[in-house]
Amino acid sequence: MNDASMSAEMTANLSKSLDFDQAAKPKVVAKDVNVFYGEKQALFDVSIDIVEKSVTAFIGPSGCGKSTFLRCINRMNDTIEGCVVKGGISLDGDDIYAPSLDVVELRARVGMVFQKPNPFPKSIYENVSYGPRIHGLARGKTELDEIVESSLKRAGLWEEVKDRLNEPGTGLSGGQQQRLCIARAIAVSPEVILMDEPCSALDPIATARIEELIDELRANFTIIIVTHSMQQAARVSQRTAFFHLGILVELGATEQIFTNPSDKRTQDYITGRFG
Amino acid sequence: MAGYAFLLIALMTTAAYLLGRGRGARIWAGGDGSKVHSLPGYHGAFVAAWVGIPAFILGLFWLFLQGPIIDQFLIASLPTSMTDGATASQINLLVSEIKNVAAGQVFKEPTPDIVAAAERYELWGQIARWAMIVVALAVMVVALSFARSRLAPRFRARNAFEHVLSGLMIFCSVVAIATTIGIVSSLVFEAWRFFTMVPVTEFLFGLRWEPQIALRDDQVAGLGAFGAIPVFTGTILIAFLAMLVATPIGIFTAIYLVEYSSDRARKIIKPIMEILAGVPTVVYGFFAVLTVAPAIREFGGLIGIAVSPNSAIAAGGVMGIMIIPFISSLSDDALNAVPRSMRDGSLALGATPSETMIKVLLPAALPGIVGGVLLGVSRAIGETMIVVMAAGLIASLTLNPLDSVTTVTVQIVTLLIGDTEFDSPKTLAAFALGLVLFLVTLCLNVIALRIVRKYREQYD
Amino acid sequence: MVDIATRPPIDWSTPAARARRKSRYAANRRLQAYGIAAISLAIGLLGILIISLIATGYSAFVTTRITVDFPISTEYVNPEDPARGNYRAVVKAGIEELFPNVTGPDERALGQLLTNNTQFMVRDAVVADPSVIGGKLSLSVPASDPFDQLNKGLVDRNTPEDERRVTDQQIQWFDQLEAEGRVSTPFNWGLFFNSDSRFPELAGLAGAIVGSFYALLVCFLVAFPIGIAAAIYLEEFAPRNRWTDLIEVNINNLAAVPSIVFGLLGLAVFLNFIGLPRSAPLVGGLVLALMTLPTIIIVTRASLKAIPPSIREAGLGIGASKHQMVMHHVLPLALPGILTGTIIGLAQALGETAPLLLIGMNAFITSPPGGILDAATALPTQVFIWADSPERGFVALTSAGILVLLGFLIIMNSIAIFLRQRLERSW
Repeated sequence: MNDASMSAEMTANLSKSLDFDQAAKPKVVAKDVNVFYGEKQALFDVSIDIVEKSVTAFIGPSGCGKSTFLRCINRMNDTIEGCVVKGGISLDGDDIYAPSLDVVELRARVGMVFQKPNPFPKSIYENVSYGPRIHGLARGKTELDEIVESSLKRAGLWEEVKDRLNEPGTGLSGGQQQRLCIARAIAVSPEVILMDEPCSALDPIATARIEELIDELRANFTIIIVTHSMQQAARVSQRTAFFHLGILVELGATEQIFTNPSDKRTQDYITGRFG
Repeated sequence: MAGYAFLLIALMTTAAYLLGRGRGARIWAGGDGSKVHSLPGYHGAFVAAWVGIPAFILGLFWLFLQGPIIDQFLIASLPTSMTDGATASQINLLVSEIKNVAAGQVFKEPTPDIVAAAERYELWGQIARWAMIVVALAVMVVALSFARSRLAPRFRARNAFEHVLSGLMIFCSVVAIATTIGIVSSLVFEAWRFFTMVPVTEFLFGLRWEPQIALRDDQVAGLGAFGAIPVFTGTILIAFLAMLVATPIGIFTAIYLVEYSSDRARKIIKPIMEILAGVPTVVYGFFAVLTVAPAIREFGGLIGIAVSPNSAIAAGGVMGIMIIPFISSLSDDALNAVPRSMRDGSLALGATPSETMIKVLLPAALPGIVGGVLLGVSRAIGETMIVVMAAGLIASLTLNPLDSVTTVTVQIVTLLIGDTEFDSPKTLAAFALGLVLFLVTLCLNVIALRIVRKYREQYD
Repeated sequence: MVDIATRPPIDWSTPAARARRKSRYAANRRLQAYGIAAISLAIGLLGILIISLIATGYSAFVTTRITVDFPISTEYVNPEDPARGNYRAVVKAGIEELFPNVTGPDERALGQLLTNNTQFMVRDAVVADPSVIGGKLSLSVPASDPFDQLNKGLVDRNTPEDERRVTDQQIQWFDQLEAEGRVSTPFNWGLFFNSDSRFPELAGLAGAIVGSFYALLVCFLVAFPIGIAAAIYLEEFAPRNRWTDLIEVNINNLAAVPSIVFGLLGLAVFLNFIGLPRSAPLVGGLVLALMTLPTIIIVTRASLKAIPPSIREAGLGIGASKHQMVMHHVLPLALPGILTGTIIGLAQALGETAPLLLIGMNAFITSPPGGILDAATALPTQVFIWADSPERGFVALTSAGILVLLGFLIIMNSIAIFLRQRLERSW
C-alpha cells in the first residue's frame, strides 16, 4: 500500500518534470538506487519508473551503469560476490529487495535476455521447455508442446526450427540463438523482459529481425532494453533513459530525448561528442 | 676415477670457452666491427659445445658399457673347465665371486683360477678407466683444434651455437618418448620371457595364483599357479570400493564449491583439499593399518560380522580418501569451464541454484567429470602403497569387501622385494602383471584425457 | 492453442504453487547439505588422520634415558688400547652397583633395562676420553624399548604380568631408579641423528634423510634441465606436426602412469641392464627424475604460455634471434612459475615410495650413505620398513617418521607458495 502510494507520487513528480503521459501505468519503480561493487560505487541515486507494455531503452557510454541497473531489476546482481544494492525497486508495488521476496518468483516474472546468445547445450525443445518445466507450468506433454510451439512462434523462430526441435540449440546461427533465448524467456510468461544489448553480437539482418520482434512483443510485455546503439533505441523504444557515470541523467519520451534533450550531457552524447 | 674424468671434461670445456671467447675478442678488436658476425661470447660457447658435448656423451657411454664388456671378456677368459655346461645363473655367481675377490671381500679360500681371474678383472678395470680419460682427452683436443680453426670474422658462431642448443633441446624432449619406449620394451621383453614359461591363456584366465610355489626349481609353472584372475578381481574390488567413496564425496564437494560456497570458504576449503592430495600414499597406508582397519574390524565385531584384518573395505576406503581431492578438483575445473552465461541464463529464468546445477551445469560438465572419474579409476588401479600395507597377500577369488584380497600392485611388490632372479617365473610374473597394469591404465588415461580435452575445446 | 503472450503470468499464490516452491527450495537445501556433508567428511577424515598420527607419534619425540655410573676398572679396559676392552663386563658391573642385592638369573632380567648397545656407547665414551679409565664414567644410556614404553605410560601396569613385556620385578627396579632420579626423558635427538636400528630406542631417520636428499638431488639435477629444455623446445620452437603431437600426448600420459611401473623400469633397465648398484640413491633419483619430468615439462610449458606474445614480439622486433629472445626475455619471466612447479614436483617425488621399493631402497642399513652409489633408504621407505616392524616402539617411530616427512613436505610447499606469491606477476 505504502509502495503503491510512493510510486504514484514518484510518477507525478517525474511526469511533472519530464512532461510525460500521466495515464500510463508504471510497472517497475526504482527509488534512490545505489549499487556498490566492493568499494567502488557503480550507481548513484537512480530513480526511475518503467511504463507497462512499452519499450524503455537505456542508453549511455560504456561503463555508465545501465547494465548494472538492468541486472538489479531481476536481482541478477545477487550472483556477483561483493555487490551491494541500496534503495528500493518495486514491481507492481512489491518491493523486490524485501527479505520475504522469493528470487525464483521474481525472476520468473522478470525474464532476461543476455548480450551474447546463451542457449543451454541441449536441444531446442529442451531449451524452451526448461523454464516451464522447473516452474511446473504444464500439466502434461501436450501442454508443454503447446507452450514450446507458441513461444517459438512468438519469437518468430517456429518456421525455421519446427523440423529439428531435437537438435542442439547451439547449432543455430547467432540470430536464431538469440531468438531462441527470447523464446526461452517468454515461455514462462514473464511480465517484464530485460534485454542486455541483445543485438550487440549479431549482424545487421539478424538485428533487424530482433528489433521487429521487440516491437511485436511490446503489446503483451513490458520491455527494458540496454543498447549501445542510439539508432536502435530510437527505432524500438517509446521511452529512453540516458545514463552517464552511474547517474540517470535524463528520462523521457524517446522522441523528446533525441530531438530536444533537456540536459547538456544528453545532447553531447546523442550528437556524438563523447561516448 | 669416473668423477675425475668428468671433472676433466668440465675443466676442458671451461678452458675451451675462454679460449674461444679470447679468440673472438681478438677478431672483434682486430677487424672492422661491423663485419664480425657474432659476439665473442658466442665464439666461446661454440668452441665449448664442440669440446664438452662429444666428450660427455663418450664418457656416459663408456661408463655404462665398461662393466658389461669387461664381464664378457672375463667370462671368455675363464678356463673352459669352469664355464662348460654352466647355466647362466651359475656363471653370474662365478662372476660375482670373482668381483668379490677383486674387491677384497674373501669369504672362503678362492681357487687359484679365481684369484687369477680377479687379478685380470682388476687390471682391465684400471686399463679401461685410464683409457677413458685418454680417449676423452684426445677427442677434446681434436674437437678444440677443429672448432677453433673455424672461428673467423664472418663465421656465424651464434647461429652454429644455437643449432647445437636446438639439438640439445630436441634431445631433451625425446627423453620423455625414450622413457615410454623404455617402459614398454622392458615390460614386453620380460613379460614375453614369462609367457615362454607360462602360457598367456593360463595367466589371463587361470583361477589360481600361487606364485611362491614356483620358487622350487622342479615345480616351475604350468600347474595353474600363475592364473591372475583372482588378482584382477581383487584389484577391481578395491578400486571399486575406492571410487564408491571418492566419486560422491568428490563431486558433491565440487558442487558445493562452485555453486554454494562463499569466496572466503573456498579459500579455506581448497587448500585443505590440496593437503589431502599432497599426503604421500605411504602415510595413507599406515593410516589404514593403524586406524581404519582396526576400527572397521571392531565395528564388525560389535554387530557380529567377522571382518578380515586386511579387509578390502579398509584398503579401498582409505584409497577413496586419497582420490577425493583428485575427483573434486577435476570436477571443479569441469564445472567452472561451463561458461558463466549458462548459469546466468538458467538463474534468470527463475531456476534455483540446485536446478541450475543439476539440469544445466552438471550435464554440460559431464564429459569433464567422467574424464576425471576415469583418471581416478586409473589411479586407484595403479595405487601401490596403500594396498601393499593394508590389503592381503593371498589371492582369493571373492567379491566380499570384508574379506582379504590382493591386487596387481601388491603382487608386483611382493614378487620383487628382496633379491630378484631374472630367470625365475616368479620375478618375471611381476613384469607380466606390470604390463597388464600399464596397458589398462594407459587405455583409461588416453580415453579420459581425450574426453577432457575434447570437452575443453568445446567451450574455448 | 493458447498464445503464450496472452497467457496470464504464473499465479504464485495458489496452494499448489506454494507447495511446489517449497519443495523446490527444499531440494536446493538438500543439495547444499550434501555438499557440506561431503566437505565435512573429507576434512574430518584428514583431521582423524593427523590426530591419529600425532597421538601415536608424539611419544617418539622424547626418549627415556637411565643414568648409570660405570666403573671403568683397568681389569677390563687396557689404558693402552681402550677400544678393545671387555665392555660387556663393564656394563654388568655398572648395573650390579645399582642393584647390589640382585644376583643369579635376575641379573639378566636387570640387564634388559638398558638398550642392547650400551657396551658400545660406553666404549665410545671411554675412547673419546681415556682419562676416566680407573675411575667412574657417568653415562646417560637409552632405556630399552619396553621400559621406554613403560616410562611413557604406554604399558598398562594393570595388565596381567604374562601379557606384557616387562615383569613386575622389572617394574619395581625401574621405579626404584626413577625414585633415585636416574631416569630422565629428554628430547629424542636420536630420531634425527641416528640411522636405522633393530632397536626402536636407537633407530633414527638420519640415514633416510641423507638418502632422500641424495635421491632428490639426482632427481633435480636430471629432471630440471631436461624438463626445462624439453618444455622450451615444445612451446617455443617446435613446429606443430604429428611428431610433436605425439610427444605431447606421450608426456601427458606419462604423467598418469602408475608410479610402480617406473619402479619396474628402474629395475629392468638401471639395475638389470646397465648394472647400477641396488639400493643406491643414484638409481632412486633417476627413477624419480623420470617420474617428475612430465610434471616439470607441463608446468614449464604453462608458465611459458602465460608470458604474453607482446614480449616475444618486442624481443624479435629489435633484432634478437629467437634463441636470444627466449633466453633473455621469456625464460627469466617464466622462471618463478617454473621454480614453483619444480618444487611441487620434487615434493611429490619425496613422498614417492613404490618405485623405491622395487629398486631396493627399503634395505636395512645402519649408517647414512656416503655418496649416491652407497646403499641407502629414503624417508618414505624408512616409514614403510618401520610400519612393517613388529616391536611396539616402532609404531610410535613410524608415526614420528611420517610427521617428519610431512614436515619436510610442508616446508617445500610453503617455499613454493612463497615463491608464487612473491615473484609471480599477472599480465
